[in-house]
Amino acid sequence: MKKTFLLIVIVAVVIASCKKDPVDEPATPTPPAATTGSLKIEFENMVDTNELVLNSETYVNANNDSFTVSKFKYYISNIKLTKSDGTIFTESESYHLIDEDVTSSKVLTLSGVPFGNYTAISFMIGVDSTRNVSGAQSGALDPAKGMFWSWSSGYIMAKLEGNSPSSPATNHGLVLHMGGFSGTNSVLKTLTPSFNGSMANVSSTVTPEIHLKADIAEWFKSPTTVSFATTHTIHMGGAAAKSIADNYADMFSVEHIHN
Amino acid sequence: MRFVLNIGLVITIAAGISSCSVDPAIKPVLPADNIEQVVPAGWPQPVYKFENNPLSVEKFKLGRELFYEEKLSADNTISCGSCHQNFVAFAHSEHALSHGINGSFGIRNSPGLFNLNWNTSFMWDGGVNHIEVQPLAPITNPVEMNEDMNNVLAKLNADGKYKLLFKNAYGDEEVTTERMFKSLAQFMGMMYSYNSKYDLYKRGEQGGNMDAQEMAGYQLYQQKCASCHTEPLFTDYAFRNNGIAVNINLQDSGRAHVTADPNDRYKFKTPTLRNIMLTAPYMHDGRFNTIDQVLNHYASGVVQGPTLDPQLQSGIQLSAQERTELKAFLNTLTDYAFVYDTRFKDPN
Ligand code: HEC
Ligand code: HEC
Repeated sequence: MKKTFLLIVIVAVVIASCKKDPVDEPATPTPPAATTGSLKIEFENMVDTNELVLNSETYVNANNDSFTVSKFKYYISNIKLTKSDGTIFTESESYHLIDEDVTSSKVLTLSGVPFGNYTAISFMIGVDSTRNVSGAQSGALDPAKGMFWSWSSGYIMAKLEGNSPSSPATNHGLVLHMGGFSGTNSVLKTLTPSFNGSMANVSSTVTPEIHLKADIAEWFKSPTTVSFATTHTIHMGGAAAKSIADNYADMFSVEHIHN
Repeated sequence: MRFVLNIGLVITIAAGISSCSVDPAIKPVLPADNIEQVVPAGWPQPVYKFENNPLSVEKFKLGRELFYEEKLSADNTISCGSCHQNFVAFAHSEHALSHGINGSFGIRNSPGLFNLNWNTSFMWDGGVNHIEVQPLAPITNPVEMNEDMNNVLAKLNADGKYKLLFKNAYGDEEVTTERMFKSLAQFMGMMYSYNSKYDLYKRGEQGGNMDAQEMAGYQLYQQKCASCHTEPLFTDYAFRNNGIAVNINLQDSGRAHVTADPNDRYKFKTPTLRNIMLTAPYMHDGRFNTIDQVLNHYASGVVQGPTLDPQLQSGIQLSAQERTELKAFLNTLTDYAFVYDTRFKDPN
C-alpha cells in the first residue's frame, strides 16, 4: 500500500512538472508608491517664423525659390532624457512618425519617466540602422505607413513633398525622400537641441511639455544652399540626400518648456 | 490485485513522462504539419533563422493562403503564385520578364524560390535586405500587383476566411502587415531544396549513384563554374557582371541601381544552379531559353566592359563532349521531392 502511495506521488510530480509554473501571485496587492511620471513633446512644424500650413501657404527658401508643402513627415527615434544628476532615461521602443497631416502624431507622451528635473534631450531624426535590417515591423515602423522603400530596403527617414515654380520636374514637383542608413551617405542624425537653461520637472503632479520647433527652412539653408532648379527629386540614399540631411541636422530647437 | 494496480500506475507514469517531450518517432501524419528548420549536412548556417518569427503550423498555413491570394493585387487577379509557380521550383515558366497586372511587364525574370534562408539579399540587384520585407516590393510595384498595403489589409480584414486564419495563427483576428509578412516568410522559408540526385550522392544516400558522364560534368562544373556558382547553395551571392550584353530596351544597371556606384554597373546577383533545368528562361531578363544558349554565351558571347568579371575575360570554352557532360551534371541538380512537395501547392 505504501508503494502505491509513493507511485501516486511520483505520478503527481511528473504531471505537475509538465505544466509551467503558475505565475507568482503578489502577496499583498498594495501598489508601491509611484516614482515615475510622464513627459510630453510637442512638435511645431514651421518655415522660418511661419507656422506650416499644407498646400495653401507659399514660402521662400534660402535661394529665393518659392514653394508650397503638401506632405511633411519624419521619424523621431531613440529619445533620451538627461536628469540634473546625470542619469539618463531611455524610452523603450522609441519610434515615432510625426506627420503634419495627423494632428495627434505631433504630440508624443513618454511614460515611465522617473521623477526629477531634466536638463537635456537627445533623439535621432530617422530610424536607427538596426531597425532598417530587421524585417517586418509594426506600429510607427509598419511598412504600410508609406515610409519604407520596397526596392531598396530601408526607411524613408524624412519626407517633404510640394511644388515650386523653380522645379523643372513634372508639375513643378518637389519630392524629397531622405533615406540611407549606412556608409558615408547615411542621413541618420542624432540631435541634442538645448533647453537653454530651462528644465522639465517630472513629478506626481506635473507632466512637463517640451515644445520643439521643426524648421523646414533649415533643409535648404546651410551648409549647402539648395536651389530647386537643380535639387527637386530625391528618391534614394546618396550624396544629394546626405547633403540635405547635413542641412536639417539643426532643424529642431526648443521653443519653451511648460512645467 | 495490488500488483496489477501498480502496473497500471507504472504505465500512467510512463505516459506522463512521454507527454512532456515530443516523441521523435511520432512525426506528424500530414506533411503539411511538418514545419521544422532544416540545415542540410555540410551546409553553412542560414542567414535567417526565424528569429522573432517562431515557426508554427498555423502561421505557415496562413502564409500559404497569402502566397496564393489574388487579393494582394489591385484588381484581384494576381497572386505571388502567378509569377512563382510550384511546378518549376517557383520560377515563372515561359516568361522572360515578369508579367503583372493589366498585362504589364516588369524588367526582370522571376527567379525560382527555395533555400531563401541562406540569401544575404533578395532580388537580382540585392535591393531587398530581409525575407520578411520582400513581399512589399511585388505588392506595391505598379507593374506587378500595383496595390497599396492599406488596401490589402482592408481587403483581408473584410474576409471571413482570413479572420479565422489570423486568429488561429496569432490569437486574434487582427490583420497587420507584420503578421502577413512574417507568415509569408514562414511559407517561403520552409521551401528547402536539398534532395536532388546530387545531394543524395553527396550524402551517400540511396538514389545518389552518379554515372561516369555526370561525374565528368561535376568535375567540369568545379573547374569552370564553381568559383561563382559555389557549392552547396550553387551561388556565392556576390554581384557580378557575367558579360551578357546590356539590353538597350531595359537599360537595367543592376546593382548600381541600389548603390549608385559606377563600379557596380551591370552586376547582378549570381543565381543558383540548383533546379536550373526547371527555371528557364535564364538571366536577369530571361534572354536565354535553354542551357545551350547559356553555354554559347559563356563560350563566345561574353561582352567586354569595365565591370566584366575578370574570370570571364576570355569566356569559358567547352568541347561538344564536355558540354554534354556538364549538362548531365546540371540535370542531377533537379530536386523532384521539392517540386512535388504537397505542402507548397495552392491550397484551394
Ligand atoms: C508579376 C510577377 C511577380 C509577382 C506577382 C510576384 N513576384 Fe516575386 N519576383 C518577381 C520578379 C520579376 C523577381 C525578381 C525581381 C528583381 O530582381 O527585381 C521576384 C523576386 C522575388 C523574390 C526574391 C528571390 C531572390 O532569390 O532574390 C522573392 C522572395 C519573391 N519574389 C517573392 C514573392 C512574393 C512573396 C510575392 C507575393 C507577395 C511575389 N514574389 C509576387 C516576380 C513576381
Ligand atoms: C564569374 C562568375 C561566373 C562564372 C564563372 C559562371 N557564372 Fe553563370 N552566372 C553568373 C552571373 C553573375 C549570372 C547572372 C547574370 C545576369 O543575369 O545578369 C549567371 C547566370 C547563369 C545562369 C542563369 C541562371 C538563371 O537562373 O537565370 C546559368 C544557367 C549559368 N550562369 C550557368 C553557368 C555555368 C554552367 C557556368 C560554368 C560553365 C557558369 N555559369 C560560370 C556568374 C558566373
